[in-house]
Amino acid sequence: MNPIATLFAFLMNLPERPMRWAQSVLKGGRLGWVFVAPNLAVFALFTFLPIAFDIHYAVTGGVNLMPGDRPYVGGENFGSLLDCSNHFDANSCRRDLFWHGVWNTLRFVVFQVGLMLGFSLLTAIVLNKKIIGRSFFRAAFFYPVLLSPVVVALIWKWILQREGLLNATMIGSGFQPVNWLLDQNWAFVWSVAVSIWAHMGFYTLILLAGLQAIPAEINEASQMDATPPWRHFRRITLPLLMPNVMVVLVLGLIRAVQVFDEVYVLTGGGPGSATTFVVQYIYKTGFADQVRQYGLAASASLLLAGVLLVLTLVQMKGSKRG
Amino acid sequence: MTTLLKARRARVGWDWTDWAAHIYLVLGTLVMFGPVVWLLLSSVKSESGLQAFPPTILPYEQASVNVPDRGGDLKLFKVTQGEHAGETLAEVRKLGLQSQLVDPKSPDTLIRVKIEDRTPVMHLHAAWENFTELFSQFSFGRIVWNSLFITVVATLITLLLNSMAAFALSKYKFSGRDPVFMLMLATLMIPPTIVLVPNYLIASQLGLTDSPWGVIWPAVATPTGVFLLRQYMLTLPDELIEAARMDNASEWRIYWRIILPLSSPALAVLAIFSVMWRWNEFLWPMVVLTRSESFTLPLALNSFQGELTTQWHYLLAMTVLTLLPVTAIFVVLQKHIAQGIASAGVK
Repeated sequence: MNPIATLFAFLMNLPERPMRWAQSVLKGGRLGWVFVAPNLAVFALFTFLPIAFDIHYAVTGGVNLMPGDRPYVGGENFGSLLDCSNHFDANSCRRDLFWHGVWNTLRFVVFQVGLMLGFSLLTAIVLNKKIIGRSFFRAAFFYPVLLSPVVVALIWKWILQREGLLNATMIGSGFQPVNWLLDQNWAFVWSVAVSIWAHMGFYTLILLAGLQAIPAEINEASQMDATPPWRHFRRITLPLLMPNVMVVLVLGLIRAVQVFDEVYVLTGGGPGSATTFVVQYIYKTGFADQVRQYGLAASASLLLAGVLLVLTLVQMKGSKRG
Repeated sequence: MTTLLKARRARVGWDWTDWAAHIYLVLGTLVMFGPVVWLLLSSVKSESGLQAFPPTILPYEQASVNVPDRGGDLKLFKVTQGEHAGETLAEVRKLGLQSQLVDPKSPDTLIRVKIEDRTPVMHLHAAWENFTELFSQFSFGRIVWNSLFITVVATLITLLLNSMAAFALSKYKFSGRDPVFMLMLATLMIPPTIVLVPNYLIASQLGLTDSPWGVIWPAVATPTGVFLLRQYMLTLPDELIEAARMDNASEWRIYWRIILPLSSPALAVLAIFSVMWRWNEFLWPMVVLTRSESFTLPLALNSFQGELTTQWHYLLAMTVLTLLPVTAIFVVLQKHIAQGIASAGVK
């Protein structure tokens, strides 16, 4: 027996005696609690307890991390976050960066999820055809999903930098070079594009699984009737694929609302606040700023949690129907 | 029926949708793989090679030759104009607009050429030193170790805790079982981004800041893992457990000698996910790990690009080292990953 297996067997035998004792004390299925306990304890400590603390932080002020040292301020944190003379103009808000984050996130969600759904659907449909080298192409589209967001950001930063590959290509084809990441609009466009690049393979796979579940007879019947491709797609493929499309839509929304990693490394939230999103605001106010305003960060977290809750409920309702 | 259809299709050959599909896929592959290939090629370019604009595709570097009489390595140039046109000479020094060169075979005679009349001699050269110097110049080994330790240990604990919970939730009947399962699933709604502040408090109270355990513990109880394993264990026949109980095996023994080995396909899927999650994780480690000795690879990459904007040759090499393990896993286990995602709908 090799040493690792021996060590593994030794370690896994350790709980044998205490578990036998627990077994003799707990009758019936109640031993289940012992098996669930460790996992539940970690959840309690790092998920449920923090939610309670989040609420505590949100209604207290000051810069202290210790909950006991924080003075009660009631709804002041929420109030200041939501305090705007015109909610559509972030600059009129007391916490203008938060509102820049909100509007940027909303814009990001609309473009990123919309375009990603389109590209994933197109790719899945193409991959579902009789294609030479299908598994290779499927792998190619999926590969970026596995990459660390930081790696994704650096790959693109290297291409998009001032003297990068893209600008060299632009000059080579007779265009003016562009400072992609230092222009407000381009930086936003690229944050959407890079994010689609990094995640679309995952959603393509979900849609492809749905397409492959459509019975071949249905497609053959439609082919016999000489249904035009577009009509076939609208009337047959899309309705049958709808459950998977809903999954992609809601998972994509949930993830896009929390956009942070890739864009933070790619643009740092800039130029200005052009690519600052809500999660970056939370990170910045709570951890990166000189004065750490935990109360504001926790309040913003709870607002974000509210949005995620709504999205999850929509998903549950959708999946019940589907 | 199918053969008839296929026969007809084969005679017709490719229609326009087939052409469009293949063109789309080739272009798409270029967009998806191209940036990564460009990163790989760039990472073996020398510092000066990276500054060349427009960039070359392959890692070229100016050739040099060792001329002991002239003080060692000299850069090679090809003369384009004048009486020495066509000769390959080594440059000793540059004086204003003039270059002083020698023939490496007869280094005693200086040849003077205008600088615009010579072009550098380039040759292919992979700058592997970008990678080796990472370990000698920075405490890079430490960072790799941090990432490896967190990934491996967190994955092992995840597998243990999640499978124990899944075992109880699929094979025991106890009051409160279903609420517990729902509660665990509900944590899907509470991503780490929501609980950054309080988790930082808890981690610091437990003395976990700047420790790999600060990254490991909050991450090990994944709802995804519990769900995935429970669904798999539900398909295992209860008779196996009954038979083992007849043989007087303890419940713990049943769990780790019978259920765990039988669940290995699901465990493998979860292990792959967990490795990817931990290896790539960024925001929470950035909050809980503040000293550079405790950094993981993504954190080191992020801080590197801030501090050393000009040292792209190190940054690119480091990026490649970060993506290599994940790429290796992908190449070997591609099928399992695809199946896992298709079946669980998780990431």
